Amino acid sequence: MSATVKTLVNQPYKYGFVTNIEADTIPRGLNEDVIRLISHKKNEPAFMLEFRLKAYRQWLKMAEPTWPNVNYPAINYQDIIYYSAPKQKAKKNSLEEVDPTLLETFEKLGIPLSEQKRLSNVAVDAIFDSVSVATTFKEKLAKEGIIFCSFSEAVHEHPELIKKYLGSVVPVGDNFFAALNAAVFSDGSFVYIPKNTKCPMDLSTYFRINTGDSGQFERTLIVAEEGSSVTYLEGCTAPMFDTNQLHAAVVELVALDNAEIKYSTVQNWYAGDENGKGGIYNFVTKRGLCQGVNSKISWTQVETGSAITWKYPSCVLVGDNSVGEFYSVALTNHMQQADTGTKMVHIGKNTRSTIISKGISAGRSKNSYRGLVKMGAKAKGARNYSQCDSMLIGDRAQANTFPYIQVQNNSAKVEHEASTSKIGEDQLFFFAQRGISAEDAISMTISGFCKDVFNKLPMEFAVEADRLLSLKLEGTVG
Amino acid sequence: MIIENSEVILSVRNLQAEVEGVQILKGLNLEVKAGEVHAIMGPNGSGKSTFSKVLAGHPDYTVTAGEIIFQGQDLIAIPPEERARSGVFLAFQYPLEIPGVSNLDFLRVAYNSRRKHQGLEELDAFDFDELVREKLEIVKMDAAFLSRSVNEGFSGGEKKRNEILQMALLEPKLAILDETDSGLDIDALQSVAGGVNQLSNESNALLVITHYQRLLNYIVPDYIHVMESGEIIVSGPKELALELEERGYDWVREEAQVGV
Ligand SMILES: Nc1ncnc2c1ncn2[C@@H]1O[C@H](COP(=O)(O)OP(=O)(O)O)[C@@H](O)[C@H]1O
Ligand SMILES: [Mg+2]
Repeated sequence: MSATVKTLVNQPYKYGFVTNIEADTIPRGLNEDVIRLISHKKNEPAFMLEFRLKAYRQWLKMAEPTWPNVNYPAINYQDIIYYSAPKQKAKKNSLEEVDPTLLETFEKLGIPLSEQKRLSNVAVDAIFDSVSVATTFKEKLAKEGIIFCSFSEAVHEHPELIKKYLGSVVPVGDNFFAALNAAVFSDGSFVYIPKNTKCPMDLSTYFRINTGDSGQFERTLIVAEEGSSVTYLEGCTAPMFDTNQLHAAVVELVALDNAEIKYSTVQNWYAGDENGKGGIYNFVTKRGLCQGVNSKISWTQVETGSAITWKYPSCVLVGDNSVGEFYSVALTNHMQQADTGTKMVHIGKNTRSTIISKGISAGRSKNSYRGLVKMGAKAKGARNYSQCDSMLIGDRAQANTFPYIQVQNNSAKVEHEASTSKIGEDQLFFFAQRGISAEDAISMTISGFCKDVFNKLPMEFAVEADRLLSLKLEGTVG
Repeated sequence: MIIENSEVILSVRNLQAEVEGVQILKGLNLEVKAGEVHAIMGPNGSGKSTFSKVLAGHPDYTVTAGEIIFQGQDLIAIPPEERARSGVFLAFQYPLEIPGVSNLDFLRVAYNSRRKHQGLEELDAFDFDELVREKLEIVKMDAAFLSRSVNEGFSGGEKKRNEILQMALLEPKLAILDETDSGLDIDALQSVAGGVNQLSNESNALLVITHYQRLLNYIVPDYIHVMESGEIIVSGPKELALELEERGYDWVREEAQVGV
C-alpha cells in the first residue's frame, strides 16, 4: 500500500479522554452474590433478581461462540468489574443535580444536555459507564403518553411493562453474551410509544464507557403500540485504554399492528491502536419483533469503532405483511475485526425484508458480512432482497461474505447480490489524472459506496456518519 | 497542424522507466509543439501505455533516467494530480468504473480542480450543469449519462466518449489518447474522433496512441512514431502509417536496423 493511502486511513481517535470522577465500583468477578449485589444496589423488585439469576444459571452452562470470523485471546470473566457508577445523589430531580463533570464530558462529546444547549429536535438519554445520567425532554414526551427513561427508572415506574416485554424478544438464554447481559446489565433506555402516537421527536441514547476495567452491559427496550411510530438513535464512544473492555448489550424492539420503529446506530467505540492494542469488544445482540400486522422495523447501523464487532441486528417478521430492513456500513481499519450482518426470519404471510450491507476494509483489518434469511413454512409470498458490497482499501485488508439462506416454502422469493471493489493505486491514479486529490478521491468513493445506507439515516446522523468516515479515512496528504 | 516556431509543449529526452524492477522504456525521445498531432504506433507490449502512464505520473512506474519537460517544467518530480491540473490529460485505454459516484459530480470536481489551479473561480452546480450540456454535444453523448455512476455499466464506446467529454471540459494543453479507438464500432469511432478534432487547436497538442491505422483516417497526425521494445525506432510523416498497414511492423524493424 502506498504512503498516501496509509496516511489517509490513519486518523487519530478524538474521543479518547478519560473523565476523572469518583465511582462506586464493586470488586472484580462474577458469581450469584455479585448479581444479588447489583440488583440490591439498584433496589430492584424481586422479579428482576429472578430474571438475572435465571440468566446467570443458564450462562454458566453456555460456551462463548467460536463461529465468528474473529480472533482474540480468551476473556477472563472473573477479571471484569460488572458494576461501576459515577457517585452522585441517589435521585436526580433535575439536571442541576447532575455532577457538572458528567455534563462537561457529554458536552465535549458533542452531546450537550443542559436546557439551554441541548439539541432541540432530539431527546437524549445519556449513559455513563453503567448508569443513565440524564434524560432530556422527558416531561414533554410524557404529555403525549410517551415513556422515555432509563431502564432502572422503568423497572420502578413501569414494572408491568418491563415484566411483559423484558426478554420477550431476546430470551435470557438466547446466546452466551445475551445471557451474560441479562444477568448483570446495569442500565439502559426504555421507550414506550402509546397507541396511534407518532413520537414528535427523535429519541436517542448516548453510551459512554469511562472506567478501564469495567464491562458495559446495557439493555434497551422499545415498545411501539398499535399504529405508533418512533425513530431512535444510538451513539457511543470510549476512552483509549491499552486493555480491552467488554461491551455486551442487548436491544429488544417490539412493534405491534401497524407500528413502525426505525433504529439507527453510529458506533464509534475506541478501536484500539494501529497494532491492535486495546479497544472495545463489542458483542451485541439486537433483535426486533414485528409482532403486529403491517408492522415495520428498520435497523440502520454505521459501525466504525471497536476492536472486535460481533453484531447481527435482526428482525423476526411474525405479523402478516410486516417489513424488516437492515442497512449497514461497517468500516474496519488497522487490526479491527468485524463479523456483522443480520437475520431476517420470515414467519407471517407476505412479509418482506431488505438487506443492504456495505463493508469497507482498510489496513490489515478483517470485515465479514454474515446474514441469514429464513423463509418459514407459513411465510407464503414472502420476499427478501439482499445486497452485500465490500470495498477494500489497500492490499492487506480482508473482506468476507457469509450468506445463509433457508427456504421452507416455495412461494417465497430470495434475491442475493454481492460485489467487491477496491480503492487501490489504479483508482487513485484515475482520480489524480483528473486533478482530484487522493483525499477527495477516497471520500467521494466511500460516500458513493455508502449512499444507499446514509440515505436511510436521519439527517443529523447522516452528516455525522459521513464526517466520521471522512475522519477515519481522510486527512492531510503527507 | 505544423506551425513554424510554435511553443514546445512536451520534450522527452532519453526517458527510461521501470515497473516492478523491469525496465520498459529504454531511452525515449520526443518533441511535441503546440498545434501538432503526433501518433505513436507499435505492436502490443512495445511500451505505448507505459509511456502514457509515465507521462501522467502513475506511481507504479519509476523513471530511472532522462527528463520530461512540459511547458518548460520538469514533470518527473510533480505528483500526478498536479500534472493533470497543469494540463496533461490521459484518456485511458481501460477507463475505470466508480460505483456510487455520479458522473456529473466527478466531472465537476475534476473541472473545478483545474479551474482552481488556473486561478479561476470554481463553477457552482448550476453553471457547471449548463457547461457540461454544451460539451456533451461535442461527443454526441446523451445527458442521461451524467446522472449515472462514473463509467458503471457503460459500453466500451460510451466509456471512451466519456473520456473525451472529460477532455472537452478540462481543455488540456497536452492530451494523450491511449487506444481510444479500441473496441469502438464505426459510428462511435467517428463521433469520438470528431470530438477530438473539434478540441484540437493551434495552442494545444495531441499524442494519439494506436496500433491500427484506422483511427488515423479520422484524426490525421502530423507525425508518426513507431515504438518497439520501449524506444521510438522510426519517426516520419503521416504516410508512414499507410506503409505500416501494408507491410507490417517487421518492415520497420528492418528499416530501423539499416538506419532510415
Ligand atoms: N505494471 C506492470 N507490471 C509488470 N509489467 C508491466 C506492467 N505494465 C506494463 N508491463 C510490461 O511492459 C511492457 C509494455 O506494456 P505496455 O506499455 O502496456 O505496452 P503497449 O501499450 O504498447 O501494448 C509489456 O511487456 C508489459 O507486460
Ligand atoms: Mg497499451
